Amino acid sequence: MGTTIIGVTYNGGVVLGADSRTSTGMYIANRASDKITQLTDNVYVCRSGSAADSQIISDYVRYYLHQHTIQLGQPATVKVAANLVRLISYNNKNMLETGLIVGGWDKYEGGKIYGIPLGGTIIEQPFAIGGSGSSYLYGFFDQAWKEGMTKDEAEQLVVKAVSLAIARDGASGGVVRTVIINEEGVTRNFYTGDKLPLWHEELEPHNSLLDILNASVPEPMST
Amino acid sequence: MSKVAVDVPPKGGFSFDLCRRNAMLSEKGLRPSSFLKTGTTIVGLIFQDGVILGADTRATEGPIVADKNCEKIHYMAPNIYCCGAGTAADTEAVTDMVSSQLQLHRYHTSRESRVVTALTLLKSHLFSYQGHVQAALVLGGVDVTGPHLHTIYPHGSTDTLPFATMGSGSLAAMSVFESKYREGLTRDEGINLVTEAICAGIFNDLGSGSNVDVCVITKGHKDYLRNHQSPNPRTYVSSKGYSFPKKTEVLVTKITPLKEVVEVTEGGDAMEE
Repeated sequence: MGTTIIGVTYNGGVVLGADSRTSTGMYIANRASDKITQLTDNVYVCRSGSAADSQIISDYVRYYLHQHTIQLGQPATVKVAANLVRLISYNNKNMLETGLIVGGWDKYEGGKIYGIPLGGTIIEQPFAIGGSGSSYLYGFFDQAWKEGMTKDEAEQLVVKAVSLAIARDGASGGVVRTVIINEEGVTRNFYTGDKLPLWHEELEPHNSLLDILNASVPEPMST
Repeated sequence: MSKVAVDVPPKGGFSFDLCRRNAMLSEKGLRPSSFLKTGTTIVGLIFQDGVILGADTRATEGPIVADKNCEKIHYMAPNIYCCGAGTAADTEAVTDMVSSQLQLHRYHTSRESRVVTALTLLKSHLFSYQGHVQAALVLGGVDVTGPHLHTIYPHGSTDTLPFATMGSGSLAAMSVFESKYREGLTRDEGINLVTEAICAGIFNDLGSGSNVDVCVITKGHKDYLRNHQSPNPRTYVSSKGYSFPKKTEVLVTKITPLKEVVEVTEGGDAMEE
């Protein structure tokens, strides 16, 4: 799964973002996939790397957290969720090929983002980026991320970043999905290609390539 | 008790004679025969009141068409069916196994099977075999929570989609779906679109061919339309049929008397404890 995934904290919660492309080699197996997976009511995870591996980890963690929530009688914290992901990633590091970003909100620590990259380490970060598209974004985030953003600022940053990565990374594409988690709850949004900004002389999205051909050259096949 | 005395060459243990022969043959460029694979077009879509699955019916063994009319839409539960692409033995085995597990689960719970249950059983099996069970599946069904369509890859990853294609003909079939699928298709529109997608695979993909199988699943009802369309009938069959009026000629008769080498002795000692 060539991917761009992002998690950003703002004052009051977190915004998670991802593209929607799942590819098998040169073929796009799913152009509208959802890489931001629910773990509990208030914790989500962004998946990258092997689709099978990341799905199995999030399935296990969702199961453990469900049990944990019943035993505790209250929602699991983001820290607990991230630590379970780390535990499975680390213990099976030889078999797994997946990087995950856990994000969510709880009453003890507020909005938190945890990055769990390939080896199974855990890093608490104000923002985290992952997947093949993330290499295009390090500089951008160093410049654009600010402490104490508002919800809208943070979401716009995420959408901008994912669309930048989509423009440069062939393995990322489709729509931009975001998940906003805060004290009030969870909001899901998605931005289709025609809603995204264009970068560096990109072509406008078209329904058919024939539209472009017809517009510029009346009869492309004429001799 | 009876004793059997047989003349066998006085030799024991394993015979490795064929190893040298096989090494010699492979050195001369003989490829060992490949697995039976289904170069396949399989599709599925969600329509107004259920799910439609479709498949071609060609099974291949390398470049050879091994079966011109095989079944690729497998039974999982009365309300769930599953199309299989990949190694025929694996798709057959994994769907049979999971359908048994679902049957037992129904006996246990006295409730209709859910599509997610089948999905989870399939994906956890495929994941545990790390892609060595070569089964790429399109799983569809209608349960208490509504219609569902999923694709499952050999490594155990799954997708949930309104329309899906798999197998070597998936690109041809997907081009049909991408241009013509919309939400809220009627039953007839759905069947026609699935048939058109499978036909795109049959005619444009070398690994797919022969007939179109369709399975329509709606709430509490299913229609398995085996050979819904046969766009490739046999054109070389004589309409009159064939007959062989002249009996087969006997050219030579040669009888070789065989020497009796088996001797059966009745009786003998009774078996003791």
